[in-house]
Amino acid sequence: MRRPWMLIPLVLFILLLVLFLKALNDKKTQQDLAIDPSTLPSALIDKPFPDFSLPSVEEGGPLLTQADLLGQPALVNVWGTWCVACRVEHPVLNRLADQGVIIHGVNYKDNTEDARQWLKEFHDPYQLNISDADGRLGLDLGVYGAPETFLIDAEGVIRYKFVGVVDERVWETQLGPRYQALVDEGGAP
Amino acid sequence: MIRWLGFLLALSLAPLTLAAIDTYEFETEAQREQFYKVSSELRCPKCQNQNIADSDAPIAMDLRREVYRMVTEGKGDEQIVDFMVSRYGDFVRYKPALTPATLVLWFAPAVLLLGGFLFLVVLLRRRQRALRDSETQHLNQDEQRRLQSLLEREEDS
Repeated sequence: MRRPWMLIPLVLFILLLVLFLKALNDKKTQQDLAIDPSTLPSALIDKPFPDFSLPSVEEGGPLLTQADLLGQPALVNVWGTWCVACRVEHPVLNRLADQGVIIHGVNYKDNTEDARQWLKEFHDPYQLNISDADGRLGLDLGVYGAPETFLIDAEGVIRYKFVGVVDERVWETQLGPRYQALVDEGGAP
Repeated sequence: MIRWLGFLLALSLAPLTLAAIDTYEFETEAQREQFYKVSSELRCPKCQNQNIADSDAPIAMDLRREVYRMVTEGKGDEQIVDFMVSRYGDFVRYKPALTPATLVLWFAPAVLLLGGFLFLVVLLRRRQRALRDSETQHLNQDEQRRLQSLLEREEDS
């Protein structure tokens, strides 16, 4: 080869090709590079929970606002009876609520009657049941599919967002430690 | 043949049927144009590779409704896009903003093109010089003398 440096672009191209193919097909590489094509980073991390004034899912329940979420760290779970994955998630939320984890529900773009029925049938893990029938709060939260779960601190600032079904593994690796850290933070004077 | 033509015609019409249909009414033509412009520049968060103007996903419908609301309130393009970005992040922009993180995205093509052009110029120059050198130094001194003598003999005869 007379001019070996002429091969540099080709070699670079092949290396990039290998990287892109791996990132496209291999879950592990996606995790290493922190890219997952189906998950968007939330624009709302470290921003206050959006203002809202919405009715409760419960019949004759009070009007709920952002102020009702303040005071202690909590999970805010966006769900709907039309959402199949929410059904999978529900028993996990029930278990967490039994363990004393504060969970609020946002019933997103749903029929309130169906939502009441669901909560009666499958048990209600939520402290507050916000009814977001037309999806305005969901839009302010940047929700693009249910279930989505937000972690807020005692001041109502969004600290973390998880898109998808919360299961034991997700709780133990992602949400649980962060929730616990916030609870410990609040315990200190 | 006719069947083929019909098939091709159907194919050429197919993209038209992809556009989602809403019945929004606008007061002015400018508002209508703004609505279509902005909603075709916003990416649907759920469907990943469609703008909200083309998508039938419920979330795209919601976002179109919001765009419509803001257009009729007289908001500017910039304000509408900012509203979406503050909720869904930079992901929703099909036209990424110019930030430090997107510098490479914006300027890499121009830089690469310029680099390629410079490379080509250098390569051509070098080749040209080599060609010129080979023309002038084609004959060594012996050969030059022989050529000279041949030419002189030609002239003598």
